[in-house]
Amino acid sequence: MNNAITYDLITALPEIFVLCMAMVVLLADLFLTQRNRFIAYILTQLTLLGAAFITVSTHIPAVGYAFNGMFVDDPLSDVLKLMIYLGTSMVLVYSRTYIALRGMYRGEFFALVLFAMLGMMIMVSGQHFLTLYMGLELLSLCLYSLVALDRDNARATEAAMKYFVLGALASGMLLYGMSMLYGATGALEISQVSAALFNGVGDRSVLILGLVFVVAGLAFKLGAVPFQMWLPDVYHGAPTAVTLLVGSVPKFAAFAFVIRLLIQGLQVMTVDWQGMLIIMAVLSISIGNITAIAQTNLKRMLAYSAISHIGFLLFGFLSGSMNGYISSMFYVSAYVLMTLGGFGMILLLSRKGFEAENLDDLKGLNQRSPWYAFLMLLLMFSMAGVPPTLGFYAKFTVLQAALQAGFVSLVIFAVLMAAVGAFYYLRVVKLMYFDEPQDMEPIAPSPDMALVLGVNGLAVLVLGLMPQRLMELCAYAVAHSLQ
Amino acid sequence: MFESNILSLSIWVPVAAGILVLAVGSDQRAGLTRWLALLGSIAGFLVTLPLYTRFDKADGGFQFQEGYNWIPSFNIHYHLGVDGIAVPLILLTSFTTLIVVLAGWEVIQKRVAQYMAAFLIMSGLMIGVFSALDGILFYVFWESMLIPMFLVIGIWGGPNRVYATIKFFLYTLLGSLLMLVAFIYLFHQSNSFEIVDYYMLPLPLSVQLFIFFAFFMAFAVKIPMWPVHTWLPDAHVEAPTGGSVVLAAIMLKLGAYGFLRYAMPIAPDAAHYLATPMIALSLIAVVYIAFVALAQQDMKKLIAYSSISHMGFVTLGMFIFNPLGMEGGIVQMISHGFISGAMFLCVGVLYDRMHSRQIADYGGVVNTMPVFTAFAVLFAMANAGLPGTSGFVGEFLIILGAIQENFWYAFLAATTLILGAAYTLWMVKRVFFGAVGNSHVAELQDLSKREFLILGVLALMVLGFGLYPQPITELTHATVGQLLSHLAQSKIPG
Repeated sequence: MNNAITYDLITALPEIFVLCMAMVVLLADLFLTQRNRFIAYILTQLTLLGAAFITVSTHIPAVGYAFNGMFVDDPLSDVLKLMIYLGTSMVLVYSRTYIALRGMYRGEFFALVLFAMLGMMIMVSGQHFLTLYMGLELLSLCLYSLVALDRDNARATEAAMKYFVLGALASGMLLYGMSMLYGATGALEISQVSAALFNGVGDRSVLILGLVFVVAGLAFKLGAVPFQMWLPDVYHGAPTAVTLLVGSVPKFAAFAFVIRLLIQGLQVMTVDWQGMLIIMAVLSISIGNITAIAQTNLKRMLAYSAISHIGFLLFGFLSGSMNGYISSMFYVSAYVLMTLGGFGMILLLSRKGFEAENLDDLKGLNQRSPWYAFLMLLLMFSMAGVPPTLGFYAKFTVLQAALQAGFVSLVIFAVLMAAVGAFYYLRVVKLMYFDEPQDMEPIAPSPDMALVLGVNGLAVLVLGLMPQRLMELCAYAVAHSLQ
Repeated sequence: MFESNILSLSIWVPVAAGILVLAVGSDQRAGLTRWLALLGSIAGFLVTLPLYTRFDKADGGFQFQEGYNWIPSFNIHYHLGVDGIAVPLILLTSFTTLIVVLAGWEVIQKRVAQYMAAFLIMSGLMIGVFSALDGILFYVFWESMLIPMFLVIGIWGGPNRVYATIKFFLYTLLGSLLMLVAFIYLFHQSNSFEIVDYYMLPLPLSVQLFIFFAFFMAFAVKIPMWPVHTWLPDAHVEAPTGGSVVLAAIMLKLGAYGFLRYAMPIAPDAAHYLATPMIALSLIAVVYIAFVALAQQDMKKLIAYSSISHMGFVTLGMFIFNPLGMEGGIVQMISHGFISGAMFLCVGVLYDRMHSRQIADYGGVVNTMPVFTAFAVLFAMANAGLPGTSGFVGEFLIILGAIQENFWYAFLAATTLILGAAYTLWMVKRVFFGAVGNSHVAELQDLSKREFLILGVLALMVLGFGLYPQPITELTHATVGQLLSHLAQSKIPG
């Protein structure tokens, strides 16, 4: 008995550690003055480092269940968690100066980020409808409050309200769908649901109804068309540091969420959800790419670009094969890296009292700083999927998976839309390189930000030249976790 | 070590030089930047020379091969190798880069380092396209070379440069993405990205037609063939002189090379099946575009249309499937590289002095620039296909090949000798001869030493290959023979 409890606790050790540290940060912050607030920052970064250490040292290349099968520790969760720590750490580095200049450099910010991350970690490791739902809500609630953190900012408050109302609706749908599935199969645990479906238990019409609600809830959280309405407003309204968080790391959790629910839980119903994903993928790619062309605000443009990327991500899932899931994981890793860089660049160009969020603020960046213009160039070409950048292999892997599954016309449609999408990324490059700068304010980031942003931008190029390691990592994570 | 890595060196020496120029150079140290770029391009040229001297002319297969595992997850290899078709094009590329660096010496005053680096990096990437033997490696080089060209046109181009460069990029990207789908399809059929495996892969005609079409979209845009040529005049007009030279001399050849290396050998039955429409498109380009060229007011646009017309000759030579046509096509590619490059340089010489490309703004240039006019007339004659210049050899071979196939093909193709002479000589007459057109022309200075050197070298090339084209034909002969015998075999299974 004791052994079982010990095993459970060790399996969830990273989560427990992050939870404790989040509370430590919250408490310690009470005793910090604004002058030594950096201690909260350092503590948060150390938490991430410690969690990474724990995750690596408890890693085994096998699947382990804990808490009576409600929680799982498999290579997929470990790899995704490590990526989440890394991403969150980069988010913190990029946001530090920005939030300090806008009065958000408070302990709550760090505590909320840590709690949000805890939510993601639980989503990644959830193996039970309720665990998954709990993780999702923890993440969502933290994000709602983060969006509203700058409470005097009317736009941010409005965005938070929209986010909350629509997000709650989506959670409701998801929960309703889960209850349907529970009603039909009599199980809440993913593996039991899967086994029940495999044995043909459950009324089909109830199952389908439940599936529709689950997929709708997932699509809401992912931001796939036709459930994308909240995304541009939230990206635009939230303080850029929070947009950076909302837009990047939670995609890992959303990826794991889809894997757990649709692929591990409802694999028997592949044909049923495949059709829905196809429609959402096609709509997301086209609406995302076409609407992005009309944007003048960089954050909104990246929001629509996010919608189109989600469409490409769905291509991996809808292939319904191991190859496809690995491709999706590769895509999501590449996407998060590019998004971090993209929003990091907006943070870099923002100053006290100035938000560099309009496309025109990028004008003449090459004359102001050739180095940062070059990094942004890499990021933009990568998002457009032009080699030799990482984004090309991301598109390549999902497209080959879809083609292998026989979706030839879908793939051709997707590449045509990719060419449409290239236009608005090119426009960013055009503004940076072909236009004269509007302001010549020097760009002076803190050394840590300069370093991380440089590595981030170059990583897009280096991983584009040598993508093998990342591909292997994704293949290892997915193949060892799904049987 | 260097023995076996000539191709890698040819690709990466210019790229490394470009990165070095980018890192060290700046507008404050423009002189140093230029010399560094020149050294880089000379080194880039020298490393490609062994490809010619050590090439085994009797062997029609791939030589200087290098292969490493690159992305084992998808069986992608870093596999390089060249045959008799690629070698002359690689030499042309490294040579042209040298010329372009020299041509931009004084003209480019802003962001010198980025300009030089863009051309050096582009040179390496284009050599990569010519030497890749793996589909994805090829695709990576093919697409990534768009990035420096996009920047070159956009930063240093003319007033309408943004429109032109975005059009250029999107046109080419759209075509290439379909090619990527074809590569992935072939990968799932053969579990390999090796081109040599694709050559052996049996495919039903319907699939071959699809694959041929996908490649056609990529390569026809690049050549460019009528009716997907409209990006080229825009890009040429707006590009700086160096950009125009590289576009005309090398980038257009990439499309034709793509047909020879990919579309035709991978889908030979489709190539035969579609030969007549392809020839029709080529002849439309040759004849119709020549008439369009006749109507141009802008010198660069005129040369751009003339390039499309000449490239129509190349595709005509390829799709009549006989040795004369194909060898003629290759000679035409090389010769057009020198001639069109030289013509654009000539326009550049005038533009630097007068800041106008309109034919109407000139007249009687011979009175103030006699030496320059001598060169310009030589290149114009070569462009019109005068015997004794390299322009004649290719066109003559292709017409000879075409006449074996069908008299009317040859007849229509031969009209270019008249039309080409018409639009080129009419431009020469209006720009160079006659009375001095206006006071600006009267103040023109003749060629500087640097310009004389550049045009002189190109003139030697044009005359040299015109009188003695053997170096090219010797290189390509065995490869063309092998390619044609491969094309003659059906790949339809059963």
